[in-house]
Amino acid sequence: MNSREKILNAIGQNKPSLVALPEVKIAYAENINLTSRFSEILTGIGGNTIIVKNYLEIKSNIQEKFGTYHRIVNQVDEVEIKNEDSLELKKPYQLEDIDLAIIKGRFGVAENGSVWVEDSDISHRVLPFICQHLIIIINEENIVSNMHDAYRFLETTSFKNLQNSSFGVFIAGPSKTADIEQSLVIGAHGARSLIVYIIKNKF
Amino acid sequence: MQNQFIEHADAAENFIKDEPRTDWHDETLWFVRQKRDLAVNKIPEWEELREFASKIKDHSLSNLDNYLLEFERNAQNNGIQVHWALDAKEHNSIILDIIKKNNVSKIVKSKSMLTEECHLNEFLQENKIEIVDTDLGEWIVQLRKETPSHIVLPAIHLKKEDVGETFHQNLGTQKGLTDPKELTEIARDYLREKFLSAELAITGVNFAIAETGGFVVCTNEGNADMGVHLADIHIACMGFEKIIPKLNHLSVFLRLLARSATGQPITTYSSHFHKPRVGQQMHIIIVDNGRSNQLARPDFRNSLKCIRCAACFNTCPVYRRSGGHSYHNAVAGPIGSILAPNINMRENADLPFASTLCGSCSNVCPVKIDIHQQLWKWRQVLMEEGHGKSSKKIGMQLLNLIFTKPKIYRLVGWIGRMIMKKLPFSISNSLNPWYKQREMPEVPKNSFREWYLKNKK
Amino acid sequence: MKVGLFIPCYVDQFYPQVGIATLQLLEKYNCEVFFPLDQTCCGQPMANSGFNFITKTCNQNFVNNFKEFDYIVSPSGSCVLHIKEHNQIENIFELTEFLTDILKVEKVDARFPHKVGLHIGCHGQRGLHLSSMSELVSPSFSKPEKLLKMVDKLELLKPVRVDECCGFGGTFCVFEEAISVKMGKDRIKEHELNDVDYITSGDVSCLMHLEGILRRQKKAIKVIHLAEILNAN
Repeated sequence: MNSREKILNAIGQNKPSLVALPEVKIAYAENINLTSRFSEILTGIGGNTIIVKNYLEIKSNIQEKFGTYHRIVNQVDEVEIKNEDSLELKKPYQLEDIDLAIIKGRFGVAENGSVWVEDSDISHRVLPFICQHLIIIINEENIVSNMHDAYRFLETTSFKNLQNSSFGVFIAGPSKTADIEQSLVIGAHGARSLIVYIIKNKF
Repeated sequence: MQNQFIEHADAAENFIKDEPRTDWHDETLWFVRQKRDLAVNKIPEWEELREFASKIKDHSLSNLDNYLLEFERNAQNNGIQVHWALDAKEHNSIILDIIKKNNVSKIVKSKSMLTEECHLNEFLQENKIEIVDTDLGEWIVQLRKETPSHIVLPAIHLKKEDVGETFHQNLGTQKGLTDPKELTEIARDYLREKFLSAELAITGVNFAIAETGGFVVCTNEGNADMGVHLADIHIACMGFEKIIPKLNHLSVFLRLLARSATGQPITTYSSHFHKPRVGQQMHIIIVDNGRSNQLARPDFRNSLKCIRCAACFNTCPVYRRSGGHSYHNAVAGPIGSILAPNINMRENADLPFASTLCGSCSNVCPVKIDIHQQLWKWRQVLMEEGHGKSSKKIGMQLLNLIFTKPKIYRLVGWIGRMIMKKLPFSISNSLNPWYKQREMPEVPKNSFREWYLKNKK
Repeated sequence: MKVGLFIPCYVDQFYPQVGIATLQLLEKYNCEVFFPLDQTCCGQPMANSGFNFITKTCNQNFVNNFKEFDYIVSPSGSCVLHIKEHNQIENIFELTEFLTDILKVEKVDARFPHKVGLHIGCHGQRGLHLSSMSELVSPSFSKPEKLLKMVDKLELLKPVRVDECCGFGGTFCVFEEAISVKMGKDRIKEHELNDVDYITSGDVSCLMHLEGILRRQKKAIKVIHLAEILNAN
């Protein structure tokens, strides 16, 4: 018997008798403005939100804020800032000195200010972590209330029929640490700052 | 420094000798508990979430083998290589094997209590392989050749001056640095080089999903992701109890985890891994190391529900005043005290007694482990197995005799009071541990019973 | 209502005034109170030390003494919790819960013109649910406070850490003496910030431990059991 068999056997023998799986049902009473809540929470955890009407507004805002930055990488076609040539052919470590990365987010979660970023929307998995500053763009209509709604959304999109996304991440704010005497420092190993642009609902 | 066999009471006494520092340690951790309270009180359905999490984990433990098989199948279909390790030794050799097969010399590791439990770093060092812990707190203690004292805040026992000094001694940075921002920036620069050149990145696993074969890693610093998305090999290490049945169960656990741990609504990054990136090897090691043994114990198997949030540490008045190193185990605090005796009863017989059984830990546990009741139950097991001092057993038998025979009880009580009254120095001296820092209670004229007989009967 | 009075061993020996106050208080509320003369101890000191398996005879003595009563009442949260959990006796009550839940007391005929700090005993609170717990997200309530608020001229003050343990913990108080005393000292510091005259609790064990430290520190704060306050005139 190899270790796998030994372990599975031991578990089979030692596990308690079957207990029912509960159906997770959380009743929701709160009637809140999801965009405001999302912004409030994200700001509270060190991020920034900017509500815009369209991609044009995003472009001018970015140019205003980050115009002088050396290496900007844009993975959102609708934002008319040129991406690097053949970026997708570069090795991950070659993204080392990216100052600013602009990427798409699939949806936001109001209760914790996080945004779901999907592997297939970025050229390299390391991109949102290795850049110094990060911008994520989402549509306002894609802000859900809480994590239960978030996974329901994922089950109908990235994880539909369990065709798994290969890598996805909830990003909630810039990287941070409080490991030194519980003193909060924004900017640990990941991005030093995060701006989420929220494109307003048309209606 | 690691206290291998120093009992908790002695280690704690040593810790408390520096009272101002003990106060600082206690207040810092209480502050984390308060942050937790603020966060959870914003969730009116908090207690419902705990109940769901608890029941999901109860169910998972009762179907664990099937979920592990489902997980393995799905993970393998997605291109993840699944390994099984019976114990720490095997876990370490599997990793060494992968290292040797791929000619790896540069390794980074993000937080994994399992690798601490398996003493992976020491093992690799013995094999002349360099490994760098990249979680800031873990890196700091690694430089100091210490172990983490807290599973979420590894360097909570250190002051910023200590960190500045550690960096000065090990990295040659300026002496006397204390600004956390400056110190973090130093770590960022130094560790960035390590990320960029790493060939292998090792991570822990917060949750493994049976339904999809994927797993989730939660960090605030981004160090896990910086490691794995740059290195060509990713090894994720998990205790087999990290399995949850369904993807949507993460909604419950991710709502509970960070709020319980640090008072944040969620960690900065909750990375969901399903397939290796193109050209990358992804491995997962499923580890037993005594867990199947714990699973067999009806009174203690619930401890396997733990999601390693450390809320119990932060609320424990004993942990806060004795520090993680007093528990001589990778996982300290209340949960550590009910996990460790399963691994080695003799070495860990002191831990379930490092508690007043106040019950605060059980209340903050997001998965409703009955920690304080298990602490009590472990005491019974340990004493029945003979791990107590024989003097203690004799003393207890004597006590039981006294309390069984009312006349003897009354006589002993009367004699005790007389001795305390007439010969106080025989009790009130340095041999009496109570008397070290407390006065003995005053001796009344009559016991209650004596008063009752005089006045009521 | 036939009430059997259970007086913890250390109350019997060192704090009889707590037993006296309890008895008098119950009689004020028209209870017929009996004190079984051969009672000894609830068995907790042995059980919590890991020796529950040798306490059968001690437990039997308790059962023998108290089997004939409608209610058993004790001025001790920890003893009552222990008996409830380990002897499976259901009609035993801690004093304050007996007053609020069984006697449904609406008035307390007592006067105590002092600043009093409330110490919440862990076993009574988290075990018997005498009051809500700071860790849980649930409505706030407190049986002891409800009663204390009925006492004339009493000013009740709570420490910042409302329900942190005092550090007594049974044999913990001697086997982990350093932490036990440190916890007690920290509790006292918080009550001192409120400038109290007394610290009160429903458990004499907590009070005995805090009093030991207070007297060693030569501080003026005194300890007093809830029963004594509720019985004070």
